[in-house]
Amino acid sequence: MPDNLIPGAILCLPFAAAAATWLMRERGHNRAAWLMTGAALLGLALSLWLAPAIFAGEVLRQTIPWAPSLGLDLVLRVDGFSWLMLLLICGIGALVGVYARYYMSPDDPLARFFALLLAFMGSMLGIVMSGNVIQLVFFWELTSLFSFLLIGYWHHGASARDGARMALIVTSGGGFCLLAGMLLLGHIAGSYELDAILAAGEAVRAHPWYTPTLLLILLGAFTKSAQFPFHFWLPQAMSAPTPASAYLHSATMVKAGVFLLVRFWPVLGGTDQWYWIVGGVGLVTLILGAYAAMFEQDLKGVLAYSTISHLGLITMLVGLGSTLGVVAAIFHIVNHATFKSSLFMAAGAVDHEAGTRDLRRLGGLYRVMPVTATLALVAGAAMAGVPLLNGFLSKEMFFAETLAARQGPLLDAISVVIAVAASAFGVTYSIRFVRGVFFGRMPADLPREPHEPPLWMRLPIGFLALACLLVGVLPGRVIGPTLHAAAGAVLGAEMPAYSLAVWHGLTTPLLMSVFAFAAGCLLFASLRRRFDAIETAPLTSRFSGKRLFERALALFAADWPQRIERLYPSRRLQSQLLWIVLLALLAAVLAATTAPLDFRPHWSSIDPAFALLWLLGAACAIGAATQAKFHRLAALVLSGGAGLVSCVSFVWLSAPDLAATQLLVEVVTTILILLGLRWLPKRIAGFTPEGRRQRFRRRRDIVIALAVGVGVASLAYAAMMHPVADSISRFFLEQAYTEGGGHNVVNVILVDFRGFDTLGEISVLAIVALTVFALLRRFRPAAESIHVPEQQRQQTALEADEPGRAADHSLTDYLMIPGLIIQLMAPVILLFGLHLFLRGHDLPGGGFVAGITVAVALILLYMARGARWVESHLRVLPLRWIGAGLLLALLTGLGSLAFGRPFMTSHFQYLELPLLGRVPLATALLFDLGVFAVVVGATVLMLIALAHQSLRRSRQAADAPATGGGQG
Amino acid sequence: MELVLAAAIGILAASGVWLLLRPRSFQVIIGLTLISYAVNLFIFSIGGLRTGADPVLHEVAGNVAQYTDPLPQALVLTAIVIGFATTALFLVVLLTSRGLTGNDHVDGEDGTP
Repeated sequence: MPDNLIPGAILCLPFAAAAATWLMRERGHNRAAWLMTGAALLGLALSLWLAPAIFAGEVLRQTIPWAPSLGLDLVLRVDGFSWLMLLLICGIGALVGVYARYYMSPDDPLARFFALLLAFMGSMLGIVMSGNVIQLVFFWELTSLFSFLLIGYWHHGASARDGARMALIVTSGGGFCLLAGMLLLGHIAGSYELDAILAAGEAVRAHPWYTPTLLLILLGAFTKSAQFPFHFWLPQAMSAPTPASAYLHSATMVKAGVFLLVRFWPVLGGTDQWYWIVGGVGLVTLILGAYAAMFEQDLKGVLAYSTISHLGLITMLVGLGSTLGVVAAIFHIVNHATFKSSLFMAAGAVDHEAGTRDLRRLGGLYRVMPVTATLALVAGAAMAGVPLLNGFLSKEMFFAETLAARQGPLLDAISVVIAVAASAFGVTYSIRFVRGVFFGRMPADLPREPHEPPLWMRLPIGFLALACLLVGVLPGRVIGPTLHAAAGAVLGAEMPAYSLAVWHGLTTPLLMSVFAFAAGCLLFASLRRRFDAIETAPLTSRFSGKRLFERALALFAADWPQRIERLYPSRRLQSQLLWIVLLALLAAVLAATTAPLDFRPHWSSIDPAFALLWLLGAACAIGAATQAKFHRLAALVLSGGAGLVSCVSFVWLSAPDLAATQLLVEVVTTILILLGLRWLPKRIAGFTPEGRRQRFRRRRDIVIALAVGVGVASLAYAAMMHPVADSISRFFLEQAYTEGGGHNVVNVILVDFRGFDTLGEISVLAIVALTVFALLRRFRPAAESIHVPEQQRQQTALEADEPGRAADHSLTDYLMIPGLIIQLMAPVILLFGLHLFLRGHDLPGGGFVAGITVAVALILLYMARGARWVESHLRVLPLRWIGAGLLLALLTGLGSLAFGRPFMTSHFQYLELPLLGRVPLATALLFDLGVFAVVVGATVLMLIALAHQSLRRSRQAADAPATGGGQG
Repeated sequence: MELVLAAAIGILAASGVWLLLRPRSFQVIIGLTLISYAVNLFIFSIGGLRTGADPVLHEVAGNVAQYTDPLPQALVLTAIVIGFATTALFLVVLLTSRGLTGNDHVDGEDGTP
């Protein structure tokens, strides 16, 4: 495989494995774990394959164009620094996979766990390999998301849910700031490409927007790396399963922030702002984390605060601004990842075997689990910075850097003192961790009988502890070249001279180390009892970021929204509608006064017949408005009358397509509402007296309605008299035949030019039909309308009284003659529908009209013959019609992709057929067929679902026990 | 011609808005139907009114000016079908609300008419 394709393979591998894990979730947890380990090991092998190129100083790039015009491409870029991170992510990922296999209980949903871990791994690899800063933010947010899901993995626990939510809000909020910062940075540098930005450091630092850009990017980095004052989410994230804590919250994800600081150090670093903010925040976090870690009672809590402290150390190293500081920061990223994740795994093993993580309850486990204890001792010593272990080396470099800083005597002294103090605290909590768990007296009341964890759980811990030891003893051999390549990739030509040796002679940093070590031991010895007695850290626990966060959350998510809601005038729909109408009226008045419209009437051109027609239409409309309360049927008929008049107007004004569609829709709507009328309550005029309030409302609404009417009428008139500028219609008229192959321009627009809109429209139609269907399945009518309607009861009673007539005679034989006619006409109507469909491209017609025609034919059959008769003779499956129609329309649209054309490109040609002659054939016809099928299916589904309610209710009323219920 | 149609649109809209502000759900559904007529006619008329113009292209393509404007027609055709769908949805919501609350007030509470 060529080198420049490997980054893509490394990135895709975990995601593919995550999908595979998810798909085979029923097959036990072994496969999931080995898939995770295998993917990580393969990623590691592929990364190692790149080693020669990386050591030669090459930068590998792989670009997949996406939106080049916007400067957005998928760019994968691997240099020495990201390569080091690749090794770390894949290597620890493989170990965590093995560990988690034995740590997690088989009762947990393990496929989800491993799939999330794998997806996280992919996102993390995406961050470190991003060659485009927008892409980097994308993967950054993905890691926040997967971290959220992993913290909340045991979602039945409240602390897991709260911790997950807090982590998500803090880190993804920081991610938004980062996105804003990256957009600014890209704008300043003129490109979103990492290479271009890295080359534009001078320009960025000199730019007036430098400070806001820096602040936004730092907010992203600090939230992710749990820096003060955002550190509080990390201890709460310890509700995650321990393998996830070891992987995400110590080794990798929290390193993303410091990764970002190091990565952008050449661009943003070296200024005063950088020094004060980054260095200061790092310093505070360093001492605060170390201090709080001493007072923690939870094993994972100690490690979490210690992680915060070490991240602060790395941040401070980058903030100091020297090139040596950057080298030390990179070195400590690696060192901290190795010893901290092994300590997390050891803590998990203790928890797993002894059943508790409380330091006060544990002790003396060395006797029962000597291997784990030894390994934890090594890793704990590395954390404390004991010589011959890796933690010692980077701490020495850190001390040297604090000594070398030159920012005035007072500041230098403070930073040296704080560095030593934090180091001493580190020694204290390390001793407390190791001694509290493994030495001393073993308590008798442990929840479980502890013993050595399985070999495969000890192995990853051992491997990492060995790495600590090897790096500590032979730093130059083991990590030297890799660190050199990584630091070289960041620093370029400014690479400082440094030596990775265990012994540098009797230097000041060594003396500081010795002093810190002695102070730490002394502190532990003198305050041992106090630590155990205390619940939270003194002094600092008062300023709890967690409490502040919760208060802010309550303010933003509950208090303020409620206050805003109270400002809202009404919760009632009726008054909300009033507000909407009034606002629309106001907006229209404002618009009309500023627009150059001519409202002067021209009396000359009135066609008396047309005026008469609309006199009828207006009467219908006003009649419908007055009758809708007490005479629903009359109102329905009258509104249908207004619809028919507008339908005639369409014919009059040369729009036959509209007229046909309007006519048919009118029919279907009327049938639909007729079916619904039965369930509405009876309302008799004059039954309830009318108060003064109601009269006022009525008059107010009449005034509003009149204002709207006059406004709309004058606006319509002005719009009609306004000369139409050259619109896009001209294009449609000219191209309809040459490009779309049809003479009916309206139809060509619908199925070809604007076919995408039509696809959306039929999707809406299908969704509405399904919603109607779903709502009606659980339909419960009001109690008083469940029974058979009164008229029907009277009729039945009448027939029962009359001798010589069969019971329910008029129910079984209703509409005899019309029914017969309808039955005979149904095929004709169906044929007419087909005719309308086929001629649609060239003459008025098309899928919509044809679909409604066919639906009308079916509904007429239902009306004439009853649902039972129709369903025993004809199987209509509206759901399949809808599905098939949508699929056909979509596939027709996709078909053009196969020929290398954009989505929904249509094609047409003429075909010579025997007997029929030249027949036009367009792919748009297939699309129209899809439209047709969806319209038929949706219309029939809605009507039949509603019609079946009467059937179902009367059957239930008759049979008493439920008999399954009819489904349309 | 334009004056008549404009007045018609105004009357349809006024009747529709009045019904929209009524408390009973059936009144609202009829009101929405009337408003949709008004809006459809309004959109249709924006392109200018033409009587006797050709809606369909001839075999020999002639002058573009002799045809009607197809764009508002295509828009309105879509609007009619979507209008039908929303009416159906609203009807079913209305019926469900009527079943759940026991009355046909838009706010689900019977009291003032």
